[in-house]
Amino acid sequence: MTTATTAPPDGLVGASPNRSGGIERVTGRQAYVADMPLEGALHVRLVTVPVARARILSIDAAAAFQLPGVALVMTAADLPDPMPRFGPQFRDRPVLAIGETKFHGDPVAAVAAETLDLAEAAAALVKVDYEQLPAVVTLEDALAPDAPLVQDPALRSGDPLAATNVLREHRYGWGDVDAARLGADVIVEGTYDFPMVTQFAIECHGFMAAPDGDGIAIWSSIQHPYWLQRVIASLLELPLAKVRVYAPDPGGAFGGKQHAKYEPLLAFMARRADRPMRLVLSLEETFQAVRRGAWRVHVRSGFQADGRLAFREVDADCLIGAYADIADRTVVKGSYTSAGPYVIPAVRINARSVLSHTVPSTAFRGFGNPQQIWATESNLDEAARVLSIDPVELRLRNLASRGQEFIPGDTPADGIWAESLQRAAERIGWTSPPSAGRGRGIAVGLKSGPTTGLSYATVRLLVDGSVVVAAGTSDMGQGARTIFAQIAAHELGAPLGWVSVVMGDTAVVPYDQQTSASRSSVLMGNAILAACREIQSKVRAMAARLEDVPEARITVDAGRVRLAAEDGGDARELPIADIVARGLGRLGGEVIGLGESRKEADPDHPLGGTSAFYEFNCTAVELAVDEATGDITILRHVIVSDVGRALHGAQVRGQDEGAAIMGLGHTLMEHYLFDDEGRIRNLGAIDYKIPTTLDLPRRIESEVVENGDGPGPYGAKGMSEGALLCVAPAVAAALRDATGVTIRDLPLSPERVWRALQEREPGVEAGAR
Amino acid sequence: MSADESPTAILRLTLNGRARSATVAQHRTLLDALRFDFGLTGTKECCLVGECGACTVLLDGRGVDSCLVLAFEADGADVVTVEGLAGDEGLDPLQQAFLDHGAAQCGFCIPGQLVAARALLEVNPAPTRADVEEGLAGNLCRCAGYEQIVEAVLDAATRAAGRGTHRSPESLADPAATPDATTAPQ
Repeated sequence: MTTATTAPPDGLVGASPNRSGGIERVTGRQAYVADMPLEGALHVRLVTVPVARARILSIDAAAAFQLPGVALVMTAADLPDPMPRFGPQFRDRPVLAIGETKFHGDPVAAVAAETLDLAEAAAALVKVDYEQLPAVVTLEDALAPDAPLVQDPALRSGDPLAATNVLREHRYGWGDVDAARLGADVIVEGTYDFPMVTQFAIECHGFMAAPDGDGIAIWSSIQHPYWLQRVIASLLELPLAKVRVYAPDPGGAFGGKQHAKYEPLLAFMARRADRPMRLVLSLEETFQAVRRGAWRVHVRSGFQADGRLAFREVDADCLIGAYADIADRTVVKGSYTSAGPYVIPAVRINARSVLSHTVPSTAFRGFGNPQQIWATESNLDEAARVLSIDPVELRLRNLASRGQEFIPGDTPADGIWAESLQRAAERIGWTSPPSAGRGRGIAVGLKSGPTTGLSYATVRLLVDGSVVVAAGTSDMGQGARTIFAQIAAHELGAPLGWVSVVMGDTAVVPYDQQTSASRSSVLMGNAILAACREIQSKVRAMAARLEDVPEARITVDAGRVRLAAEDGGDARELPIADIVARGLGRLGGEVIGLGESRKEADPDHPLGGTSAFYEFNCTAVELAVDEATGDITILRHVIVSDVGRALHGAQVRGQDEGAAIMGLGHTLMEHYLFDDEGRIRNLGAIDYKIPTTLDLPRRIESEVVENGDGPGPYGAKGMSEGALLCVAPAVAAALRDATGVTIRDLPLSPERVWRALQEREPGVEAGAR
Repeated sequence: MSADESPTAILRLTLNGRARSATVAQHRTLLDALRFDFGLTGTKECCLVGECGACTVLLDGRGVDSCLVLAFEADGADVVTVEGLAGDEGLDPLQQAFLDHGAAQCGFCIPGQLVAARALLEVNPAPTRADVEEGLAGNLCRCAGYEQIVEAVLDAATRAAGRGTHRSPESLADPAATPDATTAPQ
């Protein structure tokens, strides 16, 4: 990949200017998909059946068509045969359910009408005859020997697992675990559960499709517009250039908006009716569109008496949904780093993705790692007590040091991780005991960054010194626009307000692989930096011509052109804009730079590539428990993240604190509940709770470690997921510290905590950290 | 039933300080009337059950979830949406504070947060941190930028009262500068 400079940031990079796009967001002018007018668009509603799995016997749309203004009722019968299927890993998801529904909310038809009211009325009039079939909604159901198969085995013929609900099984490891097990002084093991939770972006997914000349235009609040472009082109058998994807800034995404959902359906409908289509999901429908995988993880760790890890064995079963989406990749990436940031001589990891008749699980901030880290860090905390070694000390004894190849064959440790741990411990006052009734817990989280990447950027320095950056990243709240503008402004000497960042249109913005894995500041940032370097090199040539100075004596950097004096005397400095205005001459114009940033694939690597960087975070919490109700109050929540270089302090803080609070959601309150029919019982905001201002830690404190050791511009690493990774094990450890109870299932809801307190064995002591 | 056959009536209200009217289907919610009949899309739709606060508007000075209000309940009323917060002299202090504190991440919940904060400051111009947390408890932010949102509201209250100057964004990077219930402006 591109090697970036590690020049120290100046006053702009590293400062916290107001967010690009901020004015639009505080005035209501920011247009999300649902806010965009589309002339002549028909409104689409989905038709579903109220069970998880059903055989579709017939669909009768006659009554729906009786309503004036109903233009189209689309069913599987109206789609090409065989049914077009798509998916980022496996082409297993049908455009509409065919023959059988696979989960509660799997649409069997879609209605398009002149108004939303009409579409809703018509959808209710579509008569679906179905026969309910047994569904598998838990790991036990799915792995039972006589379990009904979720996926048609014909979709993966030749796969020995095709006759089971196991989609894939992954085995990783190194060293001799069997020998290490014999040599270990202490072995600690346990099983940990992480339930299904949902992304719950406040912007429900919105989609539009419209015939566009001899091609098609798609609008979607999507993280990966170029990936969507390929999916649509493939399904409709169109060249890429005839599929134009508009990707307005998503109103929150968190991984749930990475991959195609109902865009293919709308594209087929738009072509069939030759009319634009729009579909905005209800919040309930988003719960039925995206979720995080539920994991059960068994961890067995062996230690020497001095606390050094001797081996670790991890068996992880991840309950994914009815269609694979990107879920198996989350299992791969989440399980592969099960050794954590530690040096462990022998490791054996076995992870399975298990299909079920539930909502297709997909990417969600942390990408499989929070589930694994919940188990492995909790296991380490339990081991600390068995070993009578302080949990901070136990971690320090095992952490990889910078440069150490802690996962054989992968990128060596790229940070001074002990620094994060020590600063978090110090800030929470780890060495002094908490007040009576309170408990403290600490944990660390590591996540492998992007393993492959390809980002292009164009930067145009206009004749007046202003700048247009085109970058295919999606700004979904992480503030990528601001970061990109800062880089260009810094390199080209433009005021920040003179930089425009154009995103979200595949017809005008060059290719970017995707917005995920906290990659954009690094990969797209480097592409923008490279484009700026190309401009600087052209400006250098211009300056040489205009000033009649050899290029060897000219440097262009940070917006300035430096002309070294021939005799070694004082250099002359000119703003880039001056040279450009003169150099472009009477016709004006612009100087164009093209940047490319690659993280090459490595087909022999288990992940398909080494990690571009690691996200590393340490979280320490102090809490109190109301023993009468089981309610946990987080009193202090300390976050220390190794970010390499914070390019924008306020945005880094926002990402860290936001990730931390989101992590408190799955730690304390969030989970899907199912009834016996496999229906989700808590669809929507009334029955599924996420953190509000009343659930905040009494005090949240975030710090960053900045050693400039990342591969991104100015030494930055990606950082938007780190502070979510280890919230749950830190809180569970603090709960154990405060009350003496150990809980291995999430969430740590009042009911569950209260029950554990009632069942607490006499003599179990709090404390004993 | 078609949209053409839905009973309609003329809705008249004061919207962001201007007298406005539109022919609106009688079953419309205020949220839909604002978005579809008056073309004001700043007010956002999410849960439609009054839990998320994304659709918060001021109805006669009170913050309401416009998804739970029938449009005609606002007939003759004074309605303020996010589009009406800025005045002739530019951004409202709340808007400016949200900008300066980096309170808007994805931004989708921000119109509702801003209007809810305005409703709070109307009745309590000098809130404590606890007051702000209570006042914004009905406004979900999944980016969970709550800390910066709460700080922005406290700062806006201070600015509006002309007490002290707002903290620079640099000082915000220091969590020690985070106000708590005991040090918040009274």
